[in-house]
Amino acid sequence: MPELIMDYFRPGSLPHMWCPGCGTGIVLQSFLRTVQRMGLSRDEVVVVGGIGCSARAVSYIDFNTVHTTHGRALAFATGIKLARPDLLVFVLMGDGDASAIGGNHLIHAARRNMDLNVLVINNSVYGMTGGQCSPLTPAGSKTATSPYGSMERQLNLTGLAEAAGATFVARSTAYHSRLTSDLIEQGIANKGFSFIEVISQCPTGFGRKNKMADPAAMLQWQKQSALPAEKFIDLPPGDAKGKFPIGVLYKNQAPDFMEMYLGMSSRAGCDNDNRGKGNE
Amino acid sequence: MNERVEIILSGSGGQGMILAGIILADAAIREGKSVVQSQSYGPEARGGASRAEVIIGGEELDYPKISNPDILLAMSQQASDKFLHRVKKGGLVILDSSYVADFPRPDGVRLYSIPISDTARDGLGKEMMANMVALGALIQVSGVIGRDNVQKAVEERVPSGSLEKNILALELGRKLAKNSDIL
Amino acid sequence: MARVVPMARLMQGNEAVAEAAVSAGVMFYAGYPITPSTEIAEHMAKRLPPLGGIFIQMEDEISSIAAVIGASLGGMKAITATSGPGFSLMQENIGYAVMAEVPCVIVNVMRLGPSTGMPTAPGQGDVMQARWGTHGDHPVIALCPSSVTEAHDLTVKAVNLAEKFRTPVILLLDEVVAHLRERIVIPSRENMEIVERKKIPEENGSFLPYRPEAGGVPAIPDIGRGFRFNVTGLVHDQRGIPSNDPGVAADLISRLLGKVNNNAGEIYTSDGYMLEDAEIVVVAYGSVARSARRAVKEARAEGIPAGMWRPVSLWPFPAGEIRELSRRVRCIIVAEMNAGQLAGEVERHAGGCPVVSLGKVSGELISPLEIFRRIKEVFS
Repeated sequence: MPELIMDYFRPGSLPHMWCPGCGTGIVLQSFLRTVQRMGLSRDEVVVVGGIGCSARAVSYIDFNTVHTTHGRALAFATGIKLARPDLLVFVLMGDGDASAIGGNHLIHAARRNMDLNVLVINNSVYGMTGGQCSPLTPAGSKTATSPYGSMERQLNLTGLAEAAGATFVARSTAYHSRLTSDLIEQGIANKGFSFIEVISQCPTGFGRKNKMADPAAMLQWQKQSALPAEKFIDLPPGDAKGKFPIGVLYKNQAPDFMEMYLGMSSRAGCDNDNRGKGNE
Repeated sequence: MNERVEIILSGSGGQGMILAGIILADAAIREGKSVVQSQSYGPEARGGASRAEVIIGGEELDYPKISNPDILLAMSQQASDKFLHRVKKGGLVILDSSYVADFPRPDGVRLYSIPISDTARDGLGKEMMANMVALGALIQVSGVIGRDNVQKAVEERVPSGSLEKNILALELGRKLAKNSDIL
Repeated sequence: MARVVPMARLMQGNEAVAEAAVSAGVMFYAGYPITPSTEIAEHMAKRLPPLGGIFIQMEDEISSIAAVIGASLGGMKAITATSGPGFSLMQENIGYAVMAEVPCVIVNVMRLGPSTGMPTAPGQGDVMQARWGTHGDHPVIALCPSSVTEAHDLTVKAVNLAEKFRTPVILLLDEVVAHLRERIVIPSRENMEIVERKKIPEENGSFLPYRPEAGGVPAIPDIGRGFRFNVTGLVHDQRGIPSNDPGVAADLISRLLGKVNNNAGEIYTSDGYMLEDAEIVVVAYGSVARSARRAVKEARAEGIPAGMWRPVSLWPFPAGEIRELSRRVRCIIVAEMNAGQLAGEVERHAGGCPVVSLGKVSGELISPLEIFRRIKEVFS
């Protein structure tokens, strides 16, 4: 970790703002390990974040970073990717960011198969504002805005991404940090919309209210509840309760937006070898 | 600056009044005149009231709308009821007698009542061409724009597949008007 | 390509905006269809792909402006167009573009509001939304054309100002101007002044992306060009790193305001008609200015010394000209298709000179007769 900080954190960005026991730093480490392992040039990587605890990571790390507005990271990233298709664009969002205020952009970025690498850090709550419930808060959980237990059903975000047209959909947890790194690498290899949900822990905003104040206990819960996708499929229906699959959940081959756009524009008469060099 | 001539082309949605207005405006530019064209229609694409306004000549940055037209084309009863009484003294009115049966005869207005839509339907097999028949009639009796420039504008703005028929419609309209008398 | 000889053409206001944007070097459009601005999107959808530009229809207006900002960060000149309801949705991200200093142009074709209002009817009710639509203190540039030719020229100017001052610029058309077709002679590109974004020569270790240069505008590099910096809507220091320091906040907000307000002389544009000896001045903008001009002419024909003043840059508002006028005229009439939005601003700068608001909120263009009657009333 120290060498990762030396190499990839902006000088002076520590101390960070995350609470002790928070999972965001672990997920960030998985991301940076992938970057390091793959030898990606920092100049060619863009990290776009929304608003929330997880998105704050973008200010700390030494890439081209864009910290946008709440829910809109994917729309900003769409513009960036279209202007600079040569750059590798990551989008870092929290669960509220990606599934509530930004849900519509998630659907349409996936539908377009934009060549973006999305990482949703799902800690079950709005952490930055003090632990309110989100569409990914498990039903029955207590949060600052569901003091008697959340009665709403939880959104299946990976299912949504798949249905909307994402060509790579995966899930990991903060505990499974090596798996997260591997999945990020596979997502990069997919030319198209790659969506990874990482289940993380918020001991301050979620754990304390739900009898899991100890971050280690929350990691333990992640370890025990997660099953590799291929094993999860074979579980008898009764045994699946309280478990969730991790690993690659869905993969498909489809042309990404830019490929389709180049096809359309060349039909419209564009000399794509000289694209973007001005008009007339 | 040249004299300002205000023209209202009115009818129902689908009768092609706006295209006729655009062609007239385009033709005026080909004659080196300044022109302002605007339109008004309901939210529906077909069937509601529809009108195009064309102002030829006049000063730049002048009021772009028409209160009292010099020339009125009315292709529906509703359009005639709405605009006929607004035509300026000394103005010109062309009514499509295929649809406008009931109209007053204002003093000091040259008024033609000619079967525009019937002519398009019977002579060309397409009532859709009524706007071009009307345009032909309008340039014939008003002399506001030369025929050649209108034809050039039509060539530019009408799909090539139906160009010949549109030109024919213009000619039919001119002949129809030539053989009609002021009421 | 054959040399294009400028010639007179018939063109619609919305189409002129799209053509001008392309001439000004805009190669990115993101938008969402909305009456009465849709022709701009349709025209860009046709024009950009063959030129190698990007047209994308987004899922809403929020994402449209976000994509525009993203593309501009990536180095493309970018534009979007909308109308009242969509303009409301864009406000948060317009503030982001102000804060992060991202050049972009937002065309707002004004229709009668509030809410869905009358989608096909003209209005000028977004004058104050253009000024104060996004939260917090922020600079704004808003330009308002009265003709198709001016819609073209002001679009080029809007793109230029956005690039020069690194701030969003709003082009406020009203439905009348947007849908008007007029004779226009488009100058060749060589005869247009086109401003290009300031480029950073070479990488420099001590480089600070948000350090202001002369005039208060920083030369921020496009992303992905070897300068790895942070872009954020949070208060930030000159590195782009978020800060909670009150001094950093005050410096930043003051500089953002100052870079427009202190350079307002370059932005102000206005037009006068028969002002020399005028005793009664009609203030009007957009299509209403055309009614006002006619009304003034008619008043003059009756021997009433009327004149017209037309702000073309609504924001920053050319207040000095109103101050000067108010010292030598008897009365100012502000005619606008709203309930008096600019009248309040005029009054603020008119000293003791009486300001009469002639507002109209029926979705119709104010007629010359309505203005003429008010001139007569005020005169006697």
